[in-house]
Amino acid sequence: MSLRRAAAIVGVADAELEKGRFKGEKTVLQAQAEVAKKALDEAGLTKEDVDGLLVAGSWGIPGVGLFPSVTMAEYLGIQPSFTDSTNIGGSSFEAHVGHAAAAIQAGLCNVALILYGSDQRSNRRRNLGRGRPAELTAQYESIWGLPAPVGAYALAAHRHMYQYGTTSEQLAEIAVATRKWASLNPTATMRDPITVEDVLNSELICDPLHLLDCCLVTDGAGAVVVASAEKARDCRTRPIWILGHGEAHSHSTIVNMPDLTVTTARESGRRAFEMAGVRHEDLDVVQIYDSFTITVLLTLESLGFCKPGEGGDFVANQRTAPGGDFPMNTNGGGLSCLHPGMYGIFLLIEAVRQLRGECGPRQVPDAKLALVNGTGGVLSSTATCILARD
Amino acid sequence: MTDKLLPVIDPESRFFWEMCAQEKLMIQQCEDCGKHVFYPRSICPHCMSDRLRWIESSGRGRVYSYTVARRPGGPGYEKEVPYIVAIIELEEGVRMMSTIVDIPIEEVRCGMPVQVLFEKVTEEITLPKFAARLEG
Repeated sequence: MSLRRAAAIVGVADAELEKGRFKGEKTVLQAQAEVAKKALDEAGLTKEDVDGLLVAGSWGIPGVGLFPSVTMAEYLGIQPSFTDSTNIGGSSFEAHVGHAAAAIQAGLCNVALILYGSDQRSNRRRNLGRGRPAELTAQYESIWGLPAPVGAYALAAHRHMYQYGTTSEQLAEIAVATRKWASLNPTATMRDPITVEDVLNSELICDPLHLLDCCLVTDGAGAVVVASAEKARDCRTRPIWILGHGEAHSHSTIVNMPDLTVTTARESGRRAFEMAGVRHEDLDVVQIYDSFTITVLLTLESLGFCKPGEGGDFVANQRTAPGGDFPMNTNGGGLSCLHPGMYGIFLLIEAVRQLRGECGPRQVPDAKLALVNGTGGVLSSTATCILARD
Repeated sequence: MTDKLLPVIDPESRFFWEMCAQEKLMIQQCEDCGKHVFYPRSICPHCMSDRLRWIESSGRGRVYSYTVARRPGGPGYEKEVPYIVAIIELEEGVRMMSTIVDIPIEEVRCGMPVQVLFEKVTEEITLPKFAARLEG
C-alpha cells in the first residue's frame, strides 16, 4: 500500500547550539520539550492535537530512557493513541516519518510528533560501547578493540578502496564540499573553510579515515510534526508532503554486513522512489546521512545515483558543494553543522526548510523535491523519505 | 591476565571458546541447506533449520577488510595502539573479526592470505588470531 500524500510535515524545530553545546544549561528532556513546543507553535497546533508520539534516543539508559516515547509523553502531558520507540540508530527518524504516515493513513492518529535529543557534548556522556561487557553477539567483535563506530566505517572504506580504487582524496571532496555549505549556515558548528589537503593532513583515527572524515560530536535536539492531509490544510505552515518512504536493515555488527560496499539504501531507496513515482533526476536537493565521508559515498551508490564503485568520481570537483549540480547536505551535515549521536532528524528538518524556501544564503533555488536518507548503527539500517511541496 | 574485554561465554558460545582453548577453530554447518554459519547459533540464518552441526574450519582465509586503530577502542587497549582489526573471510565462506599478528601493520592488505593461530589469554579464553600465510 502506498503512503503517497497520506500525510505532510507541518512543523520542524531544532535547539540552538553554541560551540556544539546547548545554549544555556539544559536537560535532554527539556531540550526535547522546547523543540516540541516550537514545532507545534509554527504549525499552529497544540499538544491537544498530538495523538501520535515517536521518540528514539540514547539518553537515560539504563533508566527512564529505556522507554523514550513513554517518558517524553509523561513530560509533555500527552496520552498518545499511537506510540513508537523504534530505535534503529541514526536513521530512526526517517523510519518514524514512514511509521507516522502509515499510522495516519490507518486512522490510528492524526498528528504525530517525532522527537530526538542528546546532551552528549555538554554532558561528556558519549560512550558507544566502551567498557560494556562483550556479551551476546558482541563477544566475537568488541574483544578486538575496534573503535566504535569509526572503526566499522573504516573497514567499509578500505574494502571500497580495494574493490574500486577509491582514494582518500575522493572521500575528502565530500568533507570539503559539506564545509562550504556550513560556511553559509550561521547555526553550523564548524564554518571555517577546509581543503582536501587539510582533510588528508588531519589526524588518522582509523585507517583510512582521518579526523576530518568524521562527524562532529555535539549536543542537539529536534522535532518534526507529521499531520494528516486534512489536518495539514488547517496548519499555518506550507505542507511538505511525504511522497515516498522505505526502510531496511541488514546486520547489527559490522562483520555481519553482507557486502561492506553496499548499504540497504539500495532497498529502502528503491521502495521510496517507487512509492513517490519520481526519478533521481527529478530531485532538487538531497540530505544524506554523513556520519563519515564513506557513509555518503556508499549511500549515493546504493541509492543508485551512480553505479557501484563510481561514488568517488560522482563527488569529484566539488559537485555536491554550493553552486555544484548536486546540492547535498545543505546545512553543513553531520560533518560540519552538528552531530548529536543520532543525526537523522536534522536531515529531515533541513529538507523541510529547503522545500519551504527558508534557507537564506544556502537556499537551493526553487527546491520542490527532496530526498532524505538516514543511516544507523554501523551501516546497519537505512530509511529513505522523498518529500515535496506543492 | 588482561584488562581488555573478554568474551562473556554463554550457552551458544561455550563450545566455540572451549575448542579455541584446544586450538581448534570451530564453525557451524547447516545439515539441511549445507551452508556454513558463524557466529554460533541455534537456528540457521539461511533456512531456519535447527540442525546445525559443528565442523572444524581449515583456519585458512583472506583479509576481507582491515583498519589500523590509531586511538584505543576502549579501556585496556591504550598500550596497543596502533593495532590491526580485521575481518577475515574463511575458506568456508564465513567471516569473523580478528587481528593480524607477526607482520608490520603497514604490510596488511585486503585480499591477503592468512592462517589462524591461537593465543591463550586466560585459563578459560584463547583467542583465534591470524598470521600471513604463503599461498599454496
